[in-house]
Amino acid sequence: MNNLFRGFSAVFYKESLHIRRDFSTLFFSLIIPILQMFLLGFAIDTNIRQINTVIYNADGRRESRELLDRLKNSDTFHLIRYVNNDRDLNDAIISGRCRVGVKIPVDYSDRLLHQTGAQVLVLIDGSDSSVAGQAINVTTAIGLDESLRRVLANSDATFPVEMRPKILFNPDSRSPNFFLPGLVAVLLLNVTTFLTAFSIVREKERGTLEQLFVTPVRPMGLLLGKLLPYLVIGFFELSMLLVAMRFLFGVPIHGSVILLAFLSLPYLFVSLSLGILISSKATSQANAMQLAFITILPSIFFSGYIFPRETMPKFFYYLSYFVPAAYYINITRGIILRGASWIHLWSDALVLFLMGAALLIIAARRFHNKIIMA
Amino acid sequence: MISSTQPSISAQHLVRRFGNVTAVNDVSFRVEKGEIFGFLGPNGSGKTTVIKMLTGLLPLSGGHAEVEGFDVSKDAEAVRENIGYMSQNFSLYTDLTVAENLTFYGRIYGLSNDHLRKRMDDIVQLNGLGPYVNRLASQLSGGWKQRLALGCAMLHEPKLVFLDEPTAGIDPVARRQLWDLLFELSGHGITFFVTTHYMDEAERCSHVGYIYFGQLIADGTPDTLRELPDVQPAGTLRIEITTPHVTRALRLARQIPGVRNATIYGQSIHALVDEHYDLNGLRDELLKRNIVVAEIRPLAPSLEDVFVELTSKRQAQQEASRE
Repeated sequence: MNNLFRGFSAVFYKESLHIRRDFSTLFFSLIIPILQMFLLGFAIDTNIRQINTVIYNADGRRESRELLDRLKNSDTFHLIRYVNNDRDLNDAIISGRCRVGVKIPVDYSDRLLHQTGAQVLVLIDGSDSSVAGQAINVTTAIGLDESLRRVLANSDATFPVEMRPKILFNPDSRSPNFFLPGLVAVLLLNVTTFLTAFSIVREKERGTLEQLFVTPVRPMGLLLGKLLPYLVIGFFELSMLLVAMRFLFGVPIHGSVILLAFLSLPYLFVSLSLGILISSKATSQANAMQLAFITILPSIFFSGYIFPRETMPKFFYYLSYFVPAAYYINITRGIILRGASWIHLWSDALVLFLMGAALLIIAARRFHNKIIMA
Repeated sequence: MISSTQPSISAQHLVRRFGNVTAVNDVSFRVEKGEIFGFLGPNGSGKTTVIKMLTGLLPLSGGHAEVEGFDVSKDAEAVRENIGYMSQNFSLYTDLTVAENLTFYGRIYGLSNDHLRKRMDDIVQLNGLGPYVNRLASQLSGGWKQRLALGCAMLHEPKLVFLDEPTAGIDPVARRQLWDLLFELSGHGITFFVTTHYMDEAERCSHVGYIYFGQLIADGTPDTLRELPDVQPAGTLRIEITTPHVTRALRLARQIPGVRNATIYGQSIHALVDEHYDLNGLRDELLKRNIVVAEIRPLAPSLEDVFVELTSKRQAQQEASRE
C-alpha cells in the first residue's frame, strides 16, 4: 500500500460520488458544448460569399452591364445598391452598408471598342482582411478572364496554360467539415480543464484538501483519482460531439473512429492535467475560472483552428507548438477529413501524452510543496 | 530525554520561520500517552503552525520532533498513519452521506472491507451517529458534523488525535458531549492534542501549554501552573471582591495602596493584594468610597489568571530588554 499512488481508489470513489450528487453541473457542462456546436456549426461559414456591393455605373451600355452580370454570377458579390455619383459610392462604404464599391467610368465601352484599355475602379473596405482578400482575388480574376477572352476572341489560339485545381478531402469546401473537427478540440476544454480545476479548488475552499494532506494519501494518488472520473466524462462528451458532427452536420469521418477515440485520450489527459495545474495555483473558484479562460483563447487562435499556424509571425508560430489543441486539431482533421492513420499521427499523440505527463508531475510537485506550506 | 515510557509527542526546540517572521520560536514540550494536552494561545500566536509541523505538513526550520516514535522530518508518512487530524472547520464532504464520508476516509487509510465495516459500526455507535448514517453531511447540525469529523479522524484507530479548535462555533451541549467523549477515549489510551480558546476547556485538560507569539510560556498541569511564582508571587494573596458596582469599584480599588492588580470577572473583581493585607480594612476602604461589598474571599487563580499574569510578565520583559 505504501506506493506512489496511494489513495487513488478512495479518491476515485469519492469523486464519482461528487459528480453523481451534483448532476446539474454535469448535465450543463455536457449539454452546453453540444449547444455551442449546434449554433456555431450552423452559423459560421468560412467561405466568403455574397459581399454587399455598391455599383456606380457611369457608362450604362451593354459592355458595362455584361461586366456587372459577371460580378453577380461569381456568387462573391451581392449587388445591393446602384448610385449615380462618387459621393454616394464612398458613403455606402464608409457607412458599412457595403464592403465593395465598383465604379465603371463613362468611357468604359468606348475604350473597349477602340482597344485603348478600359479601367474599372474597385473600392474595397480593408477593415476585414479576409473579405478584402476575397474581393481582390475575385475582381482581379474576372478582369483577367475578361481581358483574355477579348484578346483571344479574334484568333484561334487557346489558353496556353490552364490551372486545374482539385480540392482533396473537402471537395465542396463545406464549412462544417473544416470547422467542426477543430471545434471539438476547443469544446472539450469545457468538461476537462474547467471541471477538474473546479473540483480541486472546491476542496481548497472547503478546507478538505488540508485534511487530506494529513492522511497518508500521496499527491499522485490524489491527482489521478481526481483526473480519471473526468477522463470518463470527457470521453463521453467527445462521443456526443462526434455523433452530432457526423449525423447532424453530415461531416463524414474518413479515417478510423477507433483510432480517433484512442488518440483523443492523450489530449483529454493534457487538458485534465492543465486543470489540475490551474487548481494548484488558484485560490478560489472564480480565480480558477479566470485562469481556465486564459487557456481557451490560445486554443482557438494559436491552434490553427481558425487561422493557419503557418502564416503567424515566427514567434507565435513557435509558441503554437506549446498549444495542445494544435496537435489535437491535426489529429481530428487528419482522421476525420484526410483519413490519416496511426503512421501519420503518432508523433502528435506522443507530444500530447508527454505534455500531459509533464503538467501532471509539475502539478503534483506544486501540491507537495506549495499547498502544504500555505 | 530519558523516560521509562516513550512519549506520544516529543518536541525539542521547534523553530519555524516564514521569511523574516519567526512564527514558532524554540518551542519544546512533551505529551505523554493518554494525556489530553490543551494547547492555548491568542490568534496568530502559532498554534496551527505547531500542529502543521507535528503532522509533517510544514518542514521545521529548526529543532526536532517525534510523534508516536517517528521523526516528523524523516518519516512524515509513518506519522500520518498513526495520527488523526480534525481541522478547524470540520472539513467534511457535505454532499456525501455520513456513511460515504466514513468509507472514504477508511479507504484512504487502506482498511480492508471487513475491517472498515467493523470500524464504521464502532464509530457510529460510539459517536451516536446511528440515526444519521444515510443523511448528507450538509444536513447535520454543527455538533453532529463535529462528531462525524471526529469519527473520520479516528476510523483508522490512531494513537494520537489532533483537534484544531474542535468546539469553535458549536452549541454548549454539543461542546460538553464532545468533552465527555474525549475523556472516554483518552481512558482507552488515546492521546489528544486540542487547541481551544475556551478557558473552561483548558481547565479540563490533563496538561496545558500556552503559546504567546511563537514562544511557549507555560507548560504543565493546570495545578502546577497555578502555583508558578510568576502567577502567585511570594507574599501575595489573590482575592475575589463581590459587589454590585463592579466598574466603579475596579477603578477605585486600583487606587488603594497594597492592591497590585485587579480585573473584572462578571459580578466580581479578582485582585492580587499583599499577603498580610487586612481584608476587613479593604472593605472599609471601599465603603468609605461608597462601594458596598457583598463578600471578599481568598481565591485560587484560574487558568485565565495564569495566562494573563504570564502574558503581562512576558510583555514587561520584552519591553525591558528593548530598552
